[in-house]
Amino acid sequence: MEGRDPTALQRPHGGRAYWRGLEELAQSEEFFAWLRAEFPRQAQLLDHVDRRQFLKLMGASLALAGLGACTRQPTEEVVPYVKPPEEIVPGEPLYFATAMPLGGTVTGLLVESHEGRPTKVEGNPQHPASLGATDPWAQASVLTLYDPDRSQVVRRVDEILTWEAFSLALAAALEAQAERGGAGLRILTETVSSPTLGAQLAALLERFPQARWHQYEPLAADNAVAGARLAFGTDVNTVYRFDQADVVLSLDADFLSCGGAHLRYSRDFVARRRLVDGARDMNRLYVVESTPSNTGVKADERLALRASRIPAFARAVAAAVGVQVAAPSLGGDAASWLAAVARDLQSRRGRSIVIAGDQQPPEVHALAHAINQALGNVGRTVVYTDPVVARPELQLPSLRELVADMRAGNVEVLLMLGGNPVYDAPVDLDFAGALDKVPMRAHLGLFDDETSALCQWHLPESHYLESWSDGRAFDGTASIVQPLIAPLYDTRSAHEVLAMCLGQRPRGYDVVREFWRRERGGADFERFWGRSLNDGVVADTAAAPKSVALRPFAATLPPSPDAEDDGTLELLFRPDPTVLDGRFSNNGWLQELPKPLTKITWDNTVQLAPGTAQRLGVANGDVVELDLAGRRVRGPVWITPGQADGSVTVALGYGRTRAGRVGSGNGFNAYLLRTLEAPDAASGVVVERTGETYALACTQLHGLLEGRDIVRAATLDEYREHPDFAQHVGHVPARDETMYDWEYAGYAWGMAVDMQACVGCNACVVACVAENNIAVVGKDQVMRGREMQWLRIDRYYAGEPENPETVYQPMFCQHCELAPCEVVCPVNATVHDDEGLNVMVYNRCVGTRYCSNNCPYKVRRFNFYRYTNYSDASLALQRNPDVTVRSRGVMEKCTYCIQRINHARIEAKKEGRKVRDGEIVTACQQACPTDALVFGDVNDPSSRVSKLKKEGRNYSVLGDVNTRPRTTYLAVVRNPNPELAGGPQETGA
Amino acid sequence: MIAALVYALALINRSPYVTRQGVAREQPVQFSHKHHVGELGIDCRYCHTTVEKLAYAGMPATKTCMNCHSQIWATSDFLEPVRESWRTDESIRWVKVYDLPEYVYFNHSIHVSKGVGCASCHGRVDLMNALWQQPTLQMEWCLECHRAPERHLRPRQFIFSMDYQQPADQIALGEKLKKEYDVEARVQCSACHR
Repeated sequence: MEGRDPTALQRPHGGRAYWRGLEELAQSEEFFAWLRAEFPRQAQLLDHVDRRQFLKLMGASLALAGLGACTRQPTEEVVPYVKPPEEIVPGEPLYFATAMPLGGTVTGLLVESHEGRPTKVEGNPQHPASLGATDPWAQASVLTLYDPDRSQVVRRVDEILTWEAFSLALAAALEAQAERGGAGLRILTETVSSPTLGAQLAALLERFPQARWHQYEPLAADNAVAGARLAFGTDVNTVYRFDQADVVLSLDADFLSCGGAHLRYSRDFVARRRLVDGARDMNRLYVVESTPSNTGVKADERLALRASRIPAFARAVAAAVGVQVAAPSLGGDAASWLAAVARDLQSRRGRSIVIAGDQQPPEVHALAHAINQALGNVGRTVVYTDPVVARPELQLPSLRELVADMRAGNVEVLLMLGGNPVYDAPVDLDFAGALDKVPMRAHLGLFDDETSALCQWHLPESHYLESWSDGRAFDGTASIVQPLIAPLYDTRSAHEVLAMCLGQRPRGYDVVREFWRRERGGADFERFWGRSLNDGVVADTAAAPKSVALRPFAATLPPSPDAEDDGTLELLFRPDPTVLDGRFSNNGWLQELPKPLTKITWDNTVQLAPGTAQRLGVANGDVVELDLAGRRVRGPVWITPGQADGSVTVALGYGRTRAGRVGSGNGFNAYLLRTLEAPDAASGVVVERTGETYALACTQLHGLLEGRDIVRAATLDEYREHPDFAQHVGHVPARDETMYDWEYAGYAWGMAVDMQACVGCNACVVACVAENNIAVVGKDQVMRGREMQWLRIDRYYAGEPENPETVYQPMFCQHCELAPCEVVCPVNATVHDDEGLNVMVYNRCVGTRYCSNNCPYKVRRFNFYRYTNYSDASLALQRNPDVTVRSRGVMEKCTYCIQRINHARIEAKKEGRKVRDGEIVTACQQACPTDALVFGDVNDPSSRVSKLKKEGRNYSVLGDVNTRPRTTYLAVVRNPNPELAGGPQETGA
Repeated sequence: MIAALVYALALINRSPYVTRQGVAREQPVQFSHKHHVGELGIDCRYCHTTVEKLAYAGMPATKTCMNCHSQIWATSDFLEPVRESWRTDESIRWVKVYDLPEYVYFNHSIHVSKGVGCASCHGRVDLMNALWQQPTLQMEWCLECHRAPERHLRPRQFIFSMDYQQPADQIALGEKLKKEYDVEARVQCSACHR
């Protein structure tokens, strides 16, 4: 960290100093290597070739290249239907409403289907959890459907069998159980939100009264459930109304990227800080957190605090707003910070929200409920409803009970429907060891994974895009999960397996339909069913608000532990921002997706605060051994600006051994340290240096745009005074300062990106990959700077690395009107069109890469190898037929989704009208939960994009080099509390 | 010598050997456009149903053949592959005559709606027994029309007409239609390549 001095960074125009990584801050060799060369780690391809030999080789290849043009098209076939099905017309996609279950809730989707193949997932505008947006997991789920590593056959030990064989074995086992009321039968599921599955399980338990149903998934909301029970003595579901909140305090809650409502919460939260159309007011977000998160990035005031100190902090907030609780004394900065926050909260009674993080203990959740009550928020910004899951329970105790039964030999038949407990159960339970005691164990799963390996029966599961089901959203709204395609392999859904247990042989369709017929029976059932399928939501199923009485729990809380820093380190387990708990490990799109804050791909890391790393004497990539009460795991260090000093964060979901070709062997397995007693945070971890280093594929220094006021930001007060502050940074040449002007008479496509709205969720990046057939390149290639994603989200820091201000900037081809890439192409492969698009003609490209070299935004991507997977046939089914699949040796980049532009233009032309504003929606824009990206015709003064470009916050990145980018950015405005002047605070420990 | 070689390559590249221009293709069914279109007068859109609405003109399903041929020539040997397809539910695998490269995205509907007749690109299919590819389908051929569409445009009522004759003052008519139909005839790379 030597030489670290933010003021040393050169800013030509006096803007604030932003930096991408600690390497830049330290002005290290690595930083300059990436700055000077676009690809500093190129392999030397030609050894010892002199000029004469080189020319000979080139001459020969040129001659051969000419001959290559004479190949003729291979003969192809047209294969029409025999009897054409209704509605399907070749070449014209259809959209069907469905919903994706994840973590106990569903998100409503509209899925694009080309001749029966689902190719692209979009959000369902009618669904309350989506409102048209999607998250990276929904976007990437279509790749999992076609994953060639998916399990395809029923397997008993190492013998391939049939469902018939399993059904016979199951019937025999259940018959034996029936005599004893099912005393030896156990079902293990993940969190169930499907009302149908809940009803099936209830029916099964009725048939086998002694049987038990357990739920477990590592990211279950146990703390929230326990917190609600502590506060109210009953189970409730909490819905937050961020669109009604002026002030939000997050207690380690990453509500913008976690939980079943994060898309909705992102939209509602950002709606209150969108400074457009003359709005001069915005909400204020306070975040207290240990590990930097997307929510922390959007904070107006952020306090980096060890997770173990957050309960004390929550108590102090509670005491300050009038909850009867013994208030601990907080040290120094945190105390003054808290006083200001409490005053702000109290000044907005009924218009504020205090929200607790999933990894915080129940006490913090209960305190948050009490604080919201004291602030009069309940019923206004915080609404309680009945639980939306089929059976709320504390999953860790439930799993412990199951394992105890297994160990005691009480379990004879264990049926696991989904989940992967061998991999992700708390390590001290030794689930694998207990499993060995169960005579008959079967695991239904998408993959033949770690758990399947230890079961006699592995059953291949249908993907949600292949099966009928249902589920409920965060607010209770029910949706029918409708398949887009018949199962690719001989797979079954959980509904079908449970039906098998009940001695029935119906299809999932009948199970789900019968459930709803019982619920909503009557003469107009067909109408109800058709409407529910069409809309993607079952009408009038949102849970009604419920009033609950707060118990006086706070007064009886045990005294809080000493707030003093004892010098030990705490270990925090967090879901990985890309592969979550490991369920998406084998998804290449997600593995290669740079994690929002660390920008690391393909690995997890041991995240340390800069100060902690300095004390331990470790640098990025140093392998350390984490020792937690004798359990040891090794992983590479990543120094994370904004991490609370003394907190060590590890992401779950890595170190898989049976994930598949993509997911196995990446990263380290943090579950090996996660115990029943400390599933979220453990104190007393010892971090030891090993002397080894590990190469990480981090993209934070790729595509550097060094030192040129790329990011512009101001405070709300500064903005009110100078609404056009962003335009007074640097000199932008006048329009006539060029010899090569061009009139855009018709459409002129452009984009406006509101960085104020961007929450860094990465959905746009995956949406772009899915829409545009972008290849996955693998870790080695990412390390060489060869990732292919057309859209990246640059993350900039400003200020001290202990608690920096962070800004996200989506960066993709800017479609410059005076594009530097075009003038250097020797073969006219990248040219301008008359609507201002910078187009890439793949067939002309000979791969000189001059364009990429000359691009100041570093947004061009070159196919160094044949990255596209042509060998696994199932992957071809996913590809978008409207976009060329690129092979080796060509340059590519963002096209503004030219396929969507052309489609809309042709439709408008046929109807003899102009393209309407909003008719063309790019893939990134469509996925965005906060409407941060807006595309349209900048020649039309009434279009949304034109209006945004007239905002004072609008500016061009690198406008001073006169590229005239068509994509412009709206600067960030923060709303810090004037009482806390001096910007975000740092704390000791 | 090099110049001669380059010239020879250019010739080969434009030759029917490479482009397959004018080469009648053998099909699994000996279907005659001449008989169905020229002699019976069946409209193009009876089989190519989506030509006015979508990018693809649409290839008839076996069902379309059987609409008539379950009654007419129901025992003909020539039609056995059609009946076999109908019986077995296996598609007829037609040979693609107009085969554009994968990186070209052509849209029938916009051409048809802007005054480009079927015969302008596909030739007099009403005179062809086995179908052949009329033009070279090379980009220079596309651009030849896109750069001067007035030379080929016809009134909309004659789009599906096979024997439409251009008037003597085609350029004047073409200019008028170009304005009337708001013909853009894009020559930008992005119009067809994505």
